[in-house]
Amino acid sequence: MVMRQAIGMLRGRATVPLLLALAGCNQQQSALVPFGEEAAVLRHLTVVMVAGAVVIALALAALMAWAVRAPEGRLGLRGGERLILVAGGVLPTVLLLGLLAYSLPAMRPRAVAPADLRIAVTGEQFWWRVQYEPAGAAPVTSANEIRIPVGRTVLLHLEGRDVVHSFWIPGLAGKTDMIPGRRNVMAVRATRAGLFRGQCTEFCGLSHALMAFDVVAMPAAEFDRWLAAERQPAVAPAGAGKALFLANGCGGCHAIRGTGAAGAIGPDLSHLGGRTTIAAGMLRPTEANIAAFVRHPERFKPGVRMPAFPQMSEAEARAIARYLKGLK
Amino acid sequence: MIERLRARARSLNVTLWTLIVPPTVWAAHFLFSYLWAAIRCAKTGSFSTAPGVFWACTILALLVILASGWIARVQSRTPGDHPPHEEGTETDRLRFLAYATMLLAGLSFVGVLFTAAPVLFLSDCR
Ligand code: HEC
Ligand SMILES: [Cu+2]
Repeated sequence: MVMRQAIGMLRGRATVPLLLALAGCNQQQSALVPFGEEAAVLRHLTVVMVAGAVVIALALAALMAWAVRAPEGRLGLRGGERLILVAGGVLPTVLLLGLLAYSLPAMRPRAVAPADLRIAVTGEQFWWRVQYEPAGAAPVTSANEIRIPVGRTVLLHLEGRDVVHSFWIPGLAGKTDMIPGRRNVMAVRATRAGLFRGQCTEFCGLSHALMAFDVVAMPAAEFDRWLAAERQPAVAPAGAGKALFLANGCGGCHAIRGTGAAGAIGPDLSHLGGRTTIAAGMLRPTEANIAAFVRHPERFKPGVRMPAFPQMSEAEARAIARYLKGLK
Repeated sequence: MIERLRARARSLNVTLWTLIVPPTVWAAHFLFSYLWAAIRCAKTGSFSTAPGVFWACTILALLVILASGWIARVQSRTPGDHPPHEEGTETDRLRFLAYATMLLAGLSFVGVLFTAAPVLFLSDCR
């Protein structure tokens, strides 16, 4: 009995640090594991503020413990008034002013130059329209994945299409709302390469929680090569997929550069085969997943804005998936 | 000069209405700050590099708060009645209201400073 109680207590004690440790395990989507300068500043601020709060809370607890134990009349009227003035007025003002002065420089916006890469990201139920707008070149359209060059300032132009969404890449920077009819601008700079993740953080409908995306931070030269390739029409693999794609009317909603498909209602699929996920960060980009999603997107994302194609045979869906997966 | 002002302050009467002057000025300055930044950004597209109007209004707000705090301080020392000034008499009520006004003025003063501080660091409309 005693033994069991002891184990239970131990378990209770161990859970909290364990949970904290687990939260630190996430390397892809964590404000505690920054890969951008803005997020690093935020984490630093958080640590300083939390440390400050802990010190203040401990000091207050000590003061209260002392106040409860001290004999009555220990502090005279003058002493009491002085304590209130100092501990209740002067000290908080000075501390808050100090923390404010310390944190304010973080509000200074990152300097941007006209030559900086712009990426326009539009939140739509329940996916992300992405358009790369390099200075002096035509824009390149993509979707559901954001690639950024390490060490360069990137401007994100954020907007909502239908309802309010919110754009958050915890490892890169703070979060910013995407509001229809209003463009919010955020300037960021990645500090190391890797595969990270972002998520919609403003409830936007049934599949809000299923609206995420991968973020690929790449060395700058590699990014330039990637963007040049992304600009080209996709090289389509042989097979019946392309004809089926067009025959089923997919091109009314989806664009694939270099084919007749030029729809702008759904995500651009020009280089779907090069992406790390499909369906806005929800599925591994395997042929089987693409085929299953195309026939029944609503099974994966409730309220999805793409119609189901239940009449399509498994074989046809597979052929389309093979075609889409081949669009590198 | 100071003596004249003090006599003037002593002749004023602190009430529940004058008690809310400092926080109201703080609130007005707060609202003004947001409107000023939003309207400037909307009309000119760029954050002001020399926000003269903003600092003028901030100093004005601080002066009003200082003045009401000072008047309250003078009134909180109104003579008459015995310490510890916690009876239900005219004088004690006056002293209490004045003291509360003075504390609120202190809080509002710091509040206005805290509200204004970010302008030192903001440099564009993002
Ligand atoms: C009425 C417009 C519409 C039609 C028609 C349509 N889609 Fe979609 N499609 C969408 C929308 C909207 C999404 C985004 C779904 C989401 O993730 O919320 C989407 C997503 C997708 C995705 C995932 C894209 C990504 O970026 O991960 C694929 C693949 C896809 N559609 C294939 C097809 C195929 C193949 C067809 C034809 C059989 C088709 N779609 C027909 C609107 C449409
Ligand atoms: Cu959402």
